[in-house]
Amino acid sequence: MGAERRVEAGAGDLRREVEDLVARHAELIDEDRLEEWPELFTEQCVYKIIARENVDRGLPIAAIFCDSRKMLVDRVVSLRQANIYPTHHYRHILSTTQLDLPEPGEPGAAGLIRARTNYVVFQTRNNGETSIYNAGRYLDEIVRGEDGALRFKSKLAVFDTNRIDTLMVRPI
Amino acid sequence: MDIANPQSPPENQADEGPACRVSYKVFTDREIYDREQETIFRGETWSFVALEAEVPEAGDYKTTYVGDTPVIVTRDADGAINVVENRCAHRGALVCRELRGNAPSLECVYHQWAYDLKGELIGVPFRRGIRGQGGMPKEFDMKRHALVRLRVETICGMVFATFSHTVVGLREYLGPLPVEHIERIMNRPIKVLGTQRQYIHGNWKLYAENTRDPYHGSLLHLFHTTFGLYRSTQQGASRMDESKRHSLLYAIAASNDESADKEVYGDSRTFDTGFALQDPSLLKSRKEFGDDITLVILALFPNVVLQQISNTLAVRQTVTYGPDAFELVWTQFGYADDDEEMTAIRVKQSNLIGPAGVISMEDGEAVEIVQQALARAQDDTSYIAMGGGRPDDADHLVTEGPIIGFWKNYGELVGIEDLVD
Repeated sequence: MGAERRVEAGAGDLRREVEDLVARHAELIDEDRLEEWPELFTEQCVYKIIARENVDRGLPIAAIFCDSRKMLVDRVVSLRQANIYPTHHYRHILSTTQLDLPEPGEPGAAGLIRARTNYVVFQTRNNGETSIYNAGRYLDEIVRGEDGALRFKSKLAVFDTNRIDTLMVRPI
Repeated sequence: MDIANPQSPPENQADEGPACRVSYKVFTDREIYDREQETIFRGETWSFVALEAEVPEAGDYKTTYVGDTPVIVTRDADGAINVVENRCAHRGALVCRELRGNAPSLECVYHQWAYDLKGELIGVPFRRGIRGQGGMPKEFDMKRHALVRLRVETICGMVFATFSHTVVGLREYLGPLPVEHIERIMNRPIKVLGTQRQYIHGNWKLYAENTRDPYHGSLLHLFHTTFGLYRSTQQGASRMDESKRHSLLYAIAASNDESADKEVYGDSRTFDTGFALQDPSLLKSRKEFGDDITLVILALFPNVVLQQISNTLAVRQTVTYGPDAFELVWTQFGYADDDEEMTAIRVKQSNLIGPAGVISMEDGEAVEIVQQALARAQDDTSYIAMGGGRPDDADHLVTEGPIIGFWKNYGELVGIEDLVD
């Protein structure tokens, strides 16, 4: 990760835009609008849901690992068409987002915004019980596309909840 | 005690041919669970506890469980692997409270009693008192207060342990067929790629059935079927060791037969020609074994599955937490000499397996939907007959033979043969 930078007062609009993106990712998942979800990512993106237990040891195995928007689409289609899983609803709760903006002239990082957000995903199953399903933090790299929209170039959900309850079919 | 299926009075059961019927009590009864802890996990069996590659250096340790007994696996300065019960000889505290680490000795935080990496007691603070006051009795003998040691044996980098002084050696316990397939996968040094934990609200034996069940492969795991990784019409086989407690299922992907598939799957929801991956790099693989086998599920009684699914290699260890809860600890690995591309292939293919695995996640749901339905089914039994209703090997995958083998062995070992018909 790059050195942290204080976000300047004038960057308030950018902070809101980034937070909107992070929140939209959570909302599309919670509202089951999964077909719209891959559009929040660049075409050559990285999306990784990985246990802190592995990150701390420098090990690469993730619960879910996609390195293209097409793989995200495939995960959604698999959820819709193939996988069998218990009925469930997610509810994300997010902390405020902390930003690291590139310094002007920082080589290779032009336009790259790094953002960190804590999250908790509550899950409710058929019996109506809501439990804490997954807690962790998002480490995001965000870029602005030619169409002016911000998208995730890379999103890591590093979760503390090593113990995955039953299974994981839905993105975090 | 008549535990036969109430829908089919005993005198009519033979009409349907051979079958195995298992009393559902075995999945819900607390007494049976406790009995299993004694007769299976602390009995004449070998339980998997670690990969040697998880504790490579002197002082490395890992905590895990045999059944639900907490244990510590250590590598000592001689290079030997030790497994001890994680319980202080003093007043019973957990000695080691971390998942893994490295330490020169094992020290209990409560009174700082210290043990060497073999579990021998080497330090007792204030043993001789302070300024003539207190201290342990002069007869106190530290040698008598070691941590409980388990017998340990390793095979090709897999570490097994047992509480039993009488069970046969590990290789004999496994048998030639499992040993052959362990040697096939664990053929050279490995490196650990990561751990995943899947907590399932069901009885551990429902997973033991599931991993001995080639019948469900193409019917529950729909992702597989659509992409030709596994179909029941594929060439494959189901074999057990002599005791029938261990099971080997394997499949050869190259033998997909399209016209046979259409005929077989016509009636079921699994048949779907319209499903194509947008990014097929998920399935990119490299042939790395001398044979054409692309799937191996080697279920070793009681607590581990060694698997090869394409290029994903893993052990799945069962930790029991009660009659209706267990955890699968998935440890994925590659070979120490894998190049970067091979590691990348394995990491990408790991989307197929584990708790979020597109072809394995459903086993969690399958176990839970059985457990939920069994709440008040103690007087009824399951009905296991696919493939002929006997614990037979098969040269195909349309069978439940290994499940029957498991139950026959289980019934004898736990001493409840009357619940397995």
